[in-house]
Amino acid sequence: MESKAHEKDLNLKATELTLGLPGRDEIIELPNQNKKRGLPVDSKNEEGSTDAKNAQKETPPAKAQMVGWPPIRSYRKNSLQANKNAEGETATGIYVKVSMDGAPYLRKIDLKVYKCYPELLKALEVMFKFTIGQYSEREGYKGSEYAPTYKDKDGDWMLVGDVPWDMFMSSCKKLRIMKGSEARGLGCDV
Amino acid sequence: MNYFPDEVIEQIFESVTSQKDRNAVSLVCKSWYKIERFSRERVFIGNCYAISPERVIERFPGLKSLTLKGKPHFADFNLVPHEWGGFLQPWIEALADGRVGLEELRLKRMIVSDESLELLSRSFPNFKSLVLVSCEGFTTDGLAAIAANCRLLKELDLQENDIDDHRGHWLSCFPESSTSLVSLNFACLKGEINLPALERLVGRSPNLKVLRLNRAVPPDTLQKVLARAPQLVDLGTGSYVLDPDSDTYNKLQATVVKCKSIKSLSGFLEVGPRCLPSIYPILENLTSLNLSYAPGVHGSELIELIRQCVKLQRLWILDCIGDKGLGVVASTCKELQELRVFPSDPFAAGHAFVTEEGLVAISAGCPKLHSLLYFCQQMTNAALITVAKNCPNFIRFRLCILDPTKPDAVTMRPLDEGFGAIVQACKNIRRLSLSGLLTDRVFLYIGMYAEQLEMLSIAFAGDSDNGMLYVLNGCKKLRKLEIRDSPFGNEALLKDVGKYETMRSLWMSSCEVTLGGCKALAKQMPTLNVEIINESDQVEIGVDDEQRVEKMYLYRTLVGKRRDTPEFVWTL
Repeated sequence: MESKAHEKDLNLKATELTLGLPGRDEIIELPNQNKKRGLPVDSKNEEGSTDAKNAQKETPPAKAQMVGWPPIRSYRKNSLQANKNAEGETATGIYVKVSMDGAPYLRKIDLKVYKCYPELLKALEVMFKFTIGQYSEREGYKGSEYAPTYKDKDGDWMLVGDVPWDMFMSSCKKLRIMKGSEARGLGCDV
Repeated sequence: MNYFPDEVIEQIFESVTSQKDRNAVSLVCKSWYKIERFSRERVFIGNCYAISPERVIERFPGLKSLTLKGKPHFADFNLVPHEWGGFLQPWIEALADGRVGLEELRLKRMIVSDESLELLSRSFPNFKSLVLVSCEGFTTDGLAAIAANCRLLKELDLQENDIDDHRGHWLSCFPESSTSLVSLNFACLKGEINLPALERLVGRSPNLKVLRLNRAVPPDTLQKVLARAPQLVDLGTGSYVLDPDSDTYNKLQATVVKCKSIKSLSGFLEVGPRCLPSIYPILENLTSLNLSYAPGVHGSELIELIRQCVKLQRLWILDCIGDKGLGVVASTCKELQELRVFPSDPFAAGHAFVTEEGLVAISAGCPKLHSLLYFCQQMTNAALITVAKNCPNFIRFRLCILDPTKPDAVTMRPLDEGFGAIVQACKNIRRLSLSGLLTDRVFLYIGMYAEQLEMLSIAFAGDSDNGMLYVLNGCKKLRKLEIRDSPFGNEALLKDVGKYETMRSLWMSSCEVTLGGCKALAKQMPTLNVEIINESDQVEIGVDDEQRVEKMYLYRTLVGKRRDTPEFVWTL
């Protein structure tokens, strides 16, 4: 934990009142030092989910885990992961590609970061520097030449915003911000 | 010199079944060796590279059942690259060429190709039983060949394999004339299944005793299948999601009641709420229950289920059962012999699902317990000492604390004393896996007390070479030693090189042994294969003897260096 590192700087231990003789250290720390191969992650990660979150912020989630530990068969590990994916609870987020017509390269966003459509659309506006119009069920996105669309599980391109947010999160495979006449085509009543 | 004619001796040898005993018998004299080798039908090869298929066939021409193991155990945890080895193909080719009357093949951690399965299915007209555990390299096409060509097939048992699922048609490849199935387990298949074909197959297999389905089999098919096979002894359900108020549910419940022979239950890969009461009727007869792939079964539903399993001998469960749930197990399952508690969320820190308390409760309530695999958040010496006192009959004791170097949760001391108590009390312990903060002291205890120990797994433990030396010196019956991330180096490795000839294998990864040390060992012991697995792209590997070796695997062998090593494996 960060606070422990801070404590070391202040050398609080030296001034701490104890019954032991000064200069004697805890037995616990020595064995860890003997191991030349420490854990790749800071070994003090057993406490609390906050540390896990911090580790995730600093390193990509995959690296926060040691190779081959805990010792569970890959088959079992994959099963667990598949179950968690099925429940939509991956620790690693739901990353989807976002393309914008006319932009030179695509971006990727984590849908789990957003709780609702306005949040997502705002983020897209910021990322690609454009404005999305006002959503209405009847007319789609009015007031701008852009329309946010997504590819669903069946491979169809759908207008963002028609289905409940949770349903969208689990069915969205890819995002595409359509521009111009194509976009207007989607906004028309069919 | 024989006092009886050979035929009489052969008759007597028929009662000698364990391989260990047969090996002993074959050493008595030339005559017994000869009689034994011609009459041996079952052969177990613990390391497929210790011997060649040709020599096995030559010695045992009457071979009917062969068991082969390939990759080292740590391959289960992704420590061994997939293409390291353990290929089935050369064995099948040799068996086919040798016209062996193969009837049974059991494989673990081997690379099996569709080509091998195809050849297998065509070469042995009496083939009856195929068991694959943790294997890879094949697809459902290979299974189709087995189904289509093995006319007398009784058993097809696929456990935790990585199978490429092409289509569900393999099941339809069992010919209409095939009625011999006794055991069918395809729970590990990920893809769709031809449901009508499954129903028909079960319908024409009156001897079917074991049936384990995969996730793609829905409850209504399960009901139809059970209706045709009320004689089942071992059932693994697929998906168990259904509406408790529906017709299907009622039908299923009525069918389950009739399956009075079911003693072993597993599956529940997906479970719907309030669906479990439908299986309550068979719980009181269960001796084996595996819910370790059923994360949907938890909380009070799980407890309610366990309360009815009074005859349980084997239980595989997820840690979401909690210490309290283990308390219920302890008060209900008095016949319990084997317990495995797997982590439901291995990487989530801070979820203390099971701790030392659950284990202590189990040990107090289940005196017959002899096999344990326990993934937990924390452990204490006091708990282990209590467990040792309550259960002195442990044969297998595997403890995995999710944080591998965690000390005693109460005293913050190493767990040496706890494990020491286990090995001292459990005189028959054969398999041991350690975890937690451990110093050389625990190895001193193991060397002193674990006289029957055959397999030891070490991770992130010990302080110096002494640790490893205590074990190598003390454990006379040691066969497999696997070590990772521990400070053992050349001194320990080279102290008694002859020891490795008495063992099947030694694995050391992320330890202190150097290339020079491994080279020295290989030089002194030509009957060992000393393999270095090098996955990095460094070209300079092999030049600097001082360099630490990342992964070393050595094993005794009668046939020298193997010829199928991939480029990242170097036999010294």
